[in-house]
Amino acid sequence: MSFRIIVLAKQVPDTRNVGKDAMKADGTVNRAALPAIFNPEDLNALEMALKVKDQIKGAEVIVLTMGPTRAAEIIREAMYRGADKGYLITDRKFAGSDTLATSYTLYLAVKKLLPCQMVICGRQAIDGDTAQVGPQVAEKLGIPQITYAEDLVTVSEDKVVIKRRLERGVETVESTYPVAVTVHGSADSCRPRISKLLLKNKHARTVTELQAETQDYTELYANRPYLMIDEWTVDDLDAEQGRLGLSGSPTKVKKIDNVILLHKESTFLTSDDRDVESLMKELIGQHIIG
Amino acid sequence: MKSVFVYCEITEEGNVAEVSLELLSKGRKLANELSTNLETVLIGHQLDGIPALIFPYGVDVVHLADHPELFPYRTLPHAAVIIDLFEREQPEVALFGATSVGRDLAPRISSAMQCGLTADCTSLEIGDHLESKTQREFKNLLYQIRPAFGGNIIATIINPETRPQMATVREGVMKQEIVDKNYSGKIKKIDLSTILKDEYFAVRILDRHIEQNKINIKSAQVIVAGGYGVGSSENFKMLFELAEVLGGEVGATRAAVDAGFVEHERQIGQTGVTVRPKLYIACGISGAVQHRAGMDQSAKIISINTDPNAPINAIADYTIIGSVSEIVPKMIKYYKANSK
Repeated sequence: MSFRIIVLAKQVPDTRNVGKDAMKADGTVNRAALPAIFNPEDLNALEMALKVKDQIKGAEVIVLTMGPTRAAEIIREAMYRGADKGYLITDRKFAGSDTLATSYTLYLAVKKLLPCQMVICGRQAIDGDTAQVGPQVAEKLGIPQITYAEDLVTVSEDKVVIKRRLERGVETVESTYPVAVTVHGSADSCRPRISKLLLKNKHARTVTELQAETQDYTELYANRPYLMIDEWTVDDLDAEQGRLGLSGSPTKVKKIDNVILLHKESTFLTSDDRDVESLMKELIGQHIIG
Repeated sequence: MKSVFVYCEITEEGNVAEVSLELLSKGRKLANELSTNLETVLIGHQLDGIPALIFPYGVDVVHLADHPELFPYRTLPHAAVIIDLFEREQPEVALFGATSVGRDLAPRISSAMQCGLTADCTSLEIGDHLESKTQREFKNLLYQIRPAFGGNIIATIINPETRPQMATVREGVMKQEIVDKNYSGKIKKIDLSTILKDEYFAVRILDRHIEQNKINIKSAQVIVAGGYGVGSSENFKMLFELAEVLGGEVGATRAAVDAGFVEHERQIGQTGVTVRPKLYIACGISGAVQHRAGMDQSAKIISINTDPNAPINAIADYTIIGSVSEIVPKMIKYYKANSK
């Protein structure tokens, strides 16, 4: 039987390195101004998918990502680590999507790849930290969800047992297929690139990327069709237009405020013994401590 | 009645979650501003005593779903109860705690209802909106306010068209307030016979290990918090020592938690805990807005930082310029020398 695992991954701006040009006037993110990375928890998700593949004969891992042309970088990255194939969902009409519009778009793409047993993604992406897209895709597919997955306990062709990380403990659950899983950052880190796969897949390209290449890939792609990263646009998805992109996003940014600090009259002290001692005396005197 | 709804979460011990009491308190104020009712949905098993506990927060209606299969929490049956209720009642606003449960449940519901959801709000207000393109005016929207994007900005999010307007809020962000200990509301039992279907129980719970909250930084009067600047979990030991001497707890920024210096339960800020201690000692913390959102209500703030221009200094009562490893031991020494 065929066993298909779809990994939803996102290329994210590295929010740890935010510069001045990070936001556009309309309040959306100016992705071009930031370094782009593989969303960290999506790497945990990829690892869990690859672990399933390791244990189930004939299982395939397909990576889906939505984003601009350069997001194909994370599909190649996933292929270097063991993913079998990738699809880039890309169209200007998807721009400005909130989580609801994003989940709708991803759902339409997943639907084209059914049947599948598992849809796996990271719990949340670091550029929004909302943790909404995984459950929203699951709802649209009408399948159960297992959120905050930390460990793949057992997996077989009929069911999966997963340990979940909760705020105050752990819970082990079992589900039949299909099921959606969102993976927590405390799960195993992703395996490194495998040099054999790097050599095999380094020429993987989307159509748009191929057009920009100076080298002629025609013959290579004729012999190795798996190198083609398919691009899907709005026309490839059976979408209700009103549910896509900015217009399909019910949440609107009303305004963006730069952070203004309310200045207190901070008393500056040195690390000098006298300064520290008088501060501690003062706090004790005011009954704040002691 | 376009009411304000709060999802009332039940803890492992069968109590109402703190965050739910906080949201009921906030929900009451929002309902007053909108001249509407505050309603809550309570899902679990053996909940007979709970409505009496929450009415004093100003709850007008408790929608009660009581069934042995509804505890412990599972996504699909809880979602089904709420979606059915929301479709019937058409709430104006729906609030969920940003807990493991709320963050699992709320997006599922927003997807089913095709409405907007804002995560981890640090403030909720009522206000109007004029859409500049169409000149359409919207009255009394829920402003969902949260830091965004590395904390450099504060975003105000609205859902002009879709209802309910949904948001999640972390524990500790809103204040708990009893309105009237004799406040009385109605209990409406939800008929589950047509709602719960076998297929909703496809995910089976095999085993659970839930621990008591060991670390309780929320109620600590003194918090010694460390940032990435503390440098290592080894250096954090000093902070633990100071906290112990002062009878407080140790907190941390997200960067320090992500670096593995201390456990996640100690994280203070937008995606962690919000605290209001008598004294907050910020060690090597630069002061990103997400962190400040979780501590700027502290009565007194001391910043220890090598950088005189660190943003945290602007909200500190005292700023000590210098290294944490030099100053913290001195604080311990002089506290011991001067306290009785």
